[in-house]
Amino acid sequence: MTKNLRVKTSKFIDETYRISFKFNGKLYYGFKGDTLASALLANNVHLVGRSFKYHRPRGIMTAGSEEPNAIVQLHNNTSRTEPNVRATEIEIYEGLEASSQNCWPSVSFDIGGINNILSPLLPAGFYYKTFMWPASFWEKYEYFIRKSAGLGKSPTVPDPDIYEHRYIHCDVLVIGAGISGIMAAKTAAKNGLRTLLIEEKSYLGGSTIYQNSDHFKINNQTSGSWLEKEINEIKKIKNLEIKTRTSVAAYHGYNFLLARENLTDHLPIEKKENKTRHRLLKIRAKKVITATGSLERPLIFDNNDRPGILLSSAIKKYADLFGVSCGEKNIFFTNNDSAYETAISLIQKGINVKAIIDNREEIESKLIYEVEKNNVEVYKGYTVTNTFGYRRINKISIMQLSKDGQKVIGSKKELSCDCLGISGGWTPAVHLFTQSGGKLKFREEDQVFIPNTYSSDQLSVGACNGDFTIDLILSNVTKSLKHFFNLKHIEYENTEVLSSFNKSKRNIWLLPSDKILGKTKSFVDYQNDATAKDIKLALREGFKSIEHVKRYTTTGMGTDQGKLGNMHALGIISETAEAKMGELGTTTFRPPYTPLTFGTLVGRNVGEYFDIFRKTPIHEWHVENNAEFENVGQWKRAWYYPKNNEDMHQAVQRESKAARESVGILDASTLGKIDIQGTDASEFLNRVYTNAWSKLNIGKCRYGLMLNEDGMVYDDGVTTRLGENHYIMTTTTGGAANVLSKLEDYLQTEWPELDVYLTSVTDHFATVSVCGPNSKKIITNVIPDLDLSDKSFPHMSFKNAKIGNIHCRVMRISFTGEHSYEINVQANYGRSVWEKCMEAGKDFNITPYGTETMHLLRAEKGFIIVGQDTDATMTPIDLQMDWIVSKKKYDFIGKRSLYRSDTMREDRKQLVGLLTENPNEVLEEGAQIVADINKSPIEMLGHVTSSYFSPNLNKSIALGVVRGGKNMMGKKLIIPMEKKKINVIVTDPVFLDKENKRLNA
Amino acid sequence: MFLINCPFCGEREQSEFKAGGEAHIIRPKQPSELSDDQWAEYLFMRKNIKGVQFERWNHIHGCRKWFNIVRDTSNDEIKAVYKMGEKPPVG
Repeated sequence: MTKNLRVKTSKFIDETYRISFKFNGKLYYGFKGDTLASALLANNVHLVGRSFKYHRPRGIMTAGSEEPNAIVQLHNNTSRTEPNVRATEIEIYEGLEASSQNCWPSVSFDIGGINNILSPLLPAGFYYKTFMWPASFWEKYEYFIRKSAGLGKSPTVPDPDIYEHRYIHCDVLVIGAGISGIMAAKTAAKNGLRTLLIEEKSYLGGSTIYQNSDHFKINNQTSGSWLEKEINEIKKIKNLEIKTRTSVAAYHGYNFLLARENLTDHLPIEKKENKTRHRLLKIRAKKVITATGSLERPLIFDNNDRPGILLSSAIKKYADLFGVSCGEKNIFFTNNDSAYETAISLIQKGINVKAIIDNREEIESKLIYEVEKNNVEVYKGYTVTNTFGYRRINKISIMQLSKDGQKVIGSKKELSCDCLGISGGWTPAVHLFTQSGGKLKFREEDQVFIPNTYSSDQLSVGACNGDFTIDLILSNVTKSLKHFFNLKHIEYENTEVLSSFNKSKRNIWLLPSDKILGKTKSFVDYQNDATAKDIKLALREGFKSIEHVKRYTTTGMGTDQGKLGNMHALGIISETAEAKMGELGTTTFRPPYTPLTFGTLVGRNVGEYFDIFRKTPIHEWHVENNAEFENVGQWKRAWYYPKNNEDMHQAVQRESKAARESVGILDASTLGKIDIQGTDASEFLNRVYTNAWSKLNIGKCRYGLMLNEDGMVYDDGVTTRLGENHYIMTTTTGGAANVLSKLEDYLQTEWPELDVYLTSVTDHFATVSVCGPNSKKIITNVIPDLDLSDKSFPHMSFKNAKIGNIHCRVMRISFTGEHSYEINVQANYGRSVWEKCMEAGKDFNITPYGTETMHLLRAEKGFIIVGQDTDATMTPIDLQMDWIVSKKKYDFIGKRSLYRSDTMREDRKQLVGLLTENPNEVLEEGAQIVADINKSPIEMLGHVTSSYFSPNLNKSIALGVVRGGKNMMGKKLIIPMEKKKINVIVTDPVFLDKENKRLNA
Repeated sequence: MFLINCPFCGEREQSEFKAGGEAHIIRPKQPSELSDDQWAEYLFMRKNIKGVQFERWNHIHGCRKWFNIVRDTSNDEIKAVYKMGEKPPVG
């Protein structure tokens, strides 16, 4: 079976450098420069995978990134395993192990192949139609469908590779280093522009570089050798950077592009270690030139998917570039001159070409003449009607086409072969152009979409612009570059070009057969097994839009995004629906052009660098003292401090009791702090808070509630008047950045006349909060000079003080309902002040507590947490906080909205307390609240927003929002849970110390 | 990803900016005198044009200044940038 099909030494292959690799467990050899596909073909391996739906045997079809069939899994069951790798793109290296996907137990005998026999039962939309009812059965179907579906296996262990991102700015970016791209890059760079040339392959020159025929000459040299000299020249240009193995994935607006630079995928395994594997380039270019070339079209006929059927251009590339023959009995099927180019190339190398089936009639060209001269039979006006051979093509049948190309006529002929090259003409690779917002137009004469209008400073040149032959490329690229760069002269102006290519083409989207369509399998999308029959079915079932047909039949939805078959799908729709191609439009080409790994997109943002996090100046103390942390916005906040294997509940109960019975200490440094100064500072606060601020004396603190203009609660916090025109505002931890932005917005846009300056000082201060009946003793110890008497320093007031030489601001404010103080010091002294307080509290069992205990303590007092007890639908009135809304003030943000008919409804959801009948039963936050459980459907009245077991009250307490809750005091409601229902009584939200006695205790 | 020419800092990446919705909606001076419908008009009603639109933007990761731009939403072309309080360009 293993045969060497290496026919000729190619200068692109290093035959002195032999590489061993494994495919499906078997050892093979190839050479440096081979792709997995070329190495397999050299070993006469065509069958590499099974198709997605019918599990039909499939072989290598192309030689590039458009490959739909030859997709393999690399290094199965290792950390570097990767699914869906195109064998045509991966360069072989020592130790490479690849295996077929989507087949079991093996690629040559696959049980799923039964789907092929059952295929009449599996039309487009089969899964939608069959498994949708009864709906409850989906769970049962799903398991089996998922098991048999899918391409490849994703890795199960962390990716060992390193990925990174890099920004690049350039004057000109040229995408694609074929003949047009080389001309463009050279022109740009020679004119002094900083130029970047990107090429997805490992070599430069595209398909011209291996063009070695006397039929295509530039300045009297073969086009390949002419281009080689050009490449040698551009390599010397200093302001031209060339990146190979780099593919542009996305082209966004304003010439912003993403490209993936592949650095280690071609290296032997041991050389991959500790190197960056892929680099995501974020490129901003002043000008972009796309020279992305074109993709050869297949032809759509019965059984056009067998292993051994390849694009004609791929066969040429394997022969010319890799020195590999794809078969020993080659037949071509074409509608244009391209297949003859390949045939001539094979004949020159002594490879047998048996016949060419050309659907054009009465066609003449120099290429055809040369082929015929070499005793190759050319069947003009014929079509292939069927192919045979299960794991490899072995025979085709052909028939003559009717004049209109809609039918076959005459008798059937059979020809044996082991390789069929197909050529349906060329499709410009306009993917990136359209991603950028460019609009296409349809060129009727050869049925292609080409760029029409650009959305940014860019240019498409060469085959991607619809110029498929070197004579057109040289003249048109020269013209358009001259215009694009506004040049008087350009070096390619007087180039002599010879091309023997006859540009005629007979385009038939779906070739006729002697069988009815329903009995054929003419694949349009190879990877997703979508056939011409499926597309016609979709149209019969009423789908008209190309986007809908695509989703119903899955045409173009594989990892190759239908690079080969999309045009045929459009063509078939256009013919069947009798709509013009130009009017149908194309489906949307979305990024990425070729798949990217997640690693590339994520770059270095993995593990601890996944997201930014902020630590308080006291953070390390919390770590040393066994704190568990929770994320609040970007902050890591101490959550609770478990002692002696306590669980969270036990720790929180202990911390809460200590804070109420003696003294607790909390790191409150994360609260947002905004320094507000200016002669209009008081007026400003009047406008942004719901309550009045003008009369707040210097040295006093006040709680404020901030609304959105729609009247809904936005943020809250205590603001302190430090001086005549100087305040410090605190905000919630998570809301700090948004509050600052909102305040700046109003100051800059609505009230620019106000003299107010805002500065975020959150990170500049550390805040130590000491609370509980013994808090005063701690502060006295730490700041002995400070007069803490209620008269001199009452609740809601502020004093400047000194701890040693350190200046600090002390506020007597409380979020727990206990007598408490907050000490604010310059951030870097935070830990030392914290430790001083700990030391001073030793004899009082001072207990550090975290956010969970803080939440419990405030809930006992019925204090809200914005964002937990509120969402964007709660007004202060809904929160039963009418007391904080000034009726006297003429205006403040959100005031008018509190008088809208909707916000004044009595039956809005309102904040209430909830007590369970069983005092030990703790509710689940988020649980629904209902009144009548027997009503159908059950009417939801609201939900539980906060719920705790209070050690100080020795019972379960909860806050919740309930429709019309204000008028339900004492009413019994029900919380239905999965296995039980819990009875609750609606109460006032303040559970502890309604008279605020503890504040002054 | 556009490039936005901040009137205070010059041309910067879009990622440095925050969009702030439709421009030239002035907060009423006497909200209490407006009917519910008039207030709702100010509060909720925004155009969503396919084509040329006047927008507020904030250089949030830069100078933090608010300004206006004129943008064609169909192709993201920014036709003009001007400071708060300045008259919008005509046409």
